[in-house]
Amino acid sequence: MRTLEASSLSVRRGGKLLLSEVSFRLNAGDWLAVVGPNGAGKSTLLKALAGEWPYAGDLDLDDRPLRQMKPRERSKLVGLMDQAAFGQFSFTVEEVVRMGRYPYRRGFLNGGDPEEDQAVEQALRDTDLTGLRHRSILTLSGGEQQRCALAQALCHQPEVLLLDEPANHLDLNFQKELYRITDRWRQRPGHAVITVLHDLSAARRFSTAALVLHQGRPLAYGAPETALSDKILLAAWGMDVAGWMREMSEVWS
Amino acid sequence: MRNLRGRTGIILAGLALTGLVFALCLCLGSVPIAFKDTLDVLRSALTGAAREDYIGVILLRRRLPRVLCAGLIGASLSLSGAVMQGLLRNSLADGSTLGVSSGASLGAAVAIVTGFGVTMGELTGTTLMAILFAGVSLAGVLGLAYALDRSLSTQTIILLGVVYGMLVSALLTLLITFSGEKLRTITFWTMGSLASVNWANVGLLLGAFLLFGAVLLPHAPALDLFALGESRAVHLGVSVRRTKVVCMAAVCALCGVCVSVGGGIGFVGLVTPHMARLVVGPSHKRLLPACIVGGANFLMLCDLAARTLFSPRELPIGVITSIIGAVVFILLYAKRGRDDADA
Repeated sequence: MRTLEASSLSVRRGGKLLLSEVSFRLNAGDWLAVVGPNGAGKSTLLKALAGEWPYAGDLDLDDRPLRQMKPRERSKLVGLMDQAAFGQFSFTVEEVVRMGRYPYRRGFLNGGDPEEDQAVEQALRDTDLTGLRHRSILTLSGGEQQRCALAQALCHQPEVLLLDEPANHLDLNFQKELYRITDRWRQRPGHAVITVLHDLSAARRFSTAALVLHQGRPLAYGAPETALSDKILLAAWGMDVAGWMREMSEVWS
Repeated sequence: MRNLRGRTGIILAGLALTGLVFALCLCLGSVPIAFKDTLDVLRSALTGAAREDYIGVILLRRRLPRVLCAGLIGASLSLSGAVMQGLLRNSLADGSTLGVSSGASLGAAVAIVTGFGVTMGELTGTTLMAILFAGVSLAGVLGLAYALDRSLSTQTIILLGVVYGMLVSALLTLLITFSGEKLRTITFWTMGSLASVNWANVGLLLGAFLLFGAVLLPHAPALDLFALGESRAVHLGVSVRRTKVVCMAAVCALCGVCVSVGGGIGFVGLVTPHMARLVVGPSHKRLLPACIVGGANFLMLCDLAARTLFSPRELPIGVITSIIGAVVFILLYAKRGRDDADA
């Protein structure tokens, strides 16, 4: 991909307007952090981008409307790792990761993906799940399940990777590794990343752009240092966010 | 258990088991027939010189079509159950979840009460009415679900299926109340029976199984994603609404045909997928073929029990499947509870 452009994006569910007038432009190599308090519309935005929820407005990838693409084609371009549970059937970790290759399978027998095995092995290695590959997903801890979802998303290999609160349940080592993997991902040619983050320090540290949402509307969009300014954070959260972050970091000084 | 997951081993074990059960069901009955004689009758029939003695008549006109019908119905109901459980992400779903089996039962009951006597070849009015009502039920439930909820969400479909099933049960009870001397026929039919099946029924079931099986089996990878969650299926490029409509239509048609031939045979579509999962795991690429083999064997054995346990009196096959199914289901559930506690 070269660009993903959203213009006046709105999402309405059950008669309620969840997201309104959101616009941004994502170029290859970008990492857009979507931040905001609970109920701001962050996950709604990702669901619309991933094709799960219908939207009004325009969403074009390389000047082609996403809504006109067939599901498999769209999925190869834009893929989402979300917070959904894995259900009640005891698939193994490897089976779940392998399912990430679904859009690349072809024909009546769903075969013909020569890169499948390599992609699965790489994703398992990147998330340190090789040793757990035969374990049932139902027996994994919350953090291990999160790594499994990430491995599926990495195996999926979409050009625009959408991550909804990817650091949830992860210990500090894996959080650090997650940000390293994501940063490496967005630097691959023709790739970009959009993450919903609650950790504003990580948003400020790793992203190339930030979008602040508040009550379903965009409050600020731009470079992290300007979009995540003290004044905007105060308006979004109704508290001195920057002061609180400084106070917390002083504990370690 | 993991060693058993080797594909070749499972296929060979399944084929051997099916051959054994098939032979057992042909040989045993109110008139036991030696294995050697059974082979001889089958061989003579295949070479075009069917034996006309009483053993030949019993095997070729009664027992062989009956065992084949049991196998095909078992395979079809189990396949349908596994597809519905994956599609609706619900372990309690089966081919009857959309109320189509109830609809088919109602159609058959209407035919019995009204004496609907049209025949098409060897297919009776009961069979034809059951198929007709199954089709109308499918169109009605899916049409109403779409009118109420354009996304055809799982909850809407399950809810409408359950409500429709209740409505049909009430109508069936009403019919039974006014059925007079035909009460016994309807009751026996709604509990399932393969006592009067013929070669036309085998042809109908085989055609439906091959056609709808060919529609359902390629959806195995998409069903894996549905089993993980509908949102994941969307994210990974599954055409969710189209897959749901195609799979549900195929399942309903398959179940409708099965009910039209064998009546209401419960628990097969619910229990067999659970047992098959224990052997081959939840991946539908292995689960669906395992359900076909497991369901066929399960129902062939249940039918054998139905016709031999109290011979010459015959039990409705639905009684056998429901008793075994309920016990097995409770055992499986208890095992899962223990596994969860150990995890």
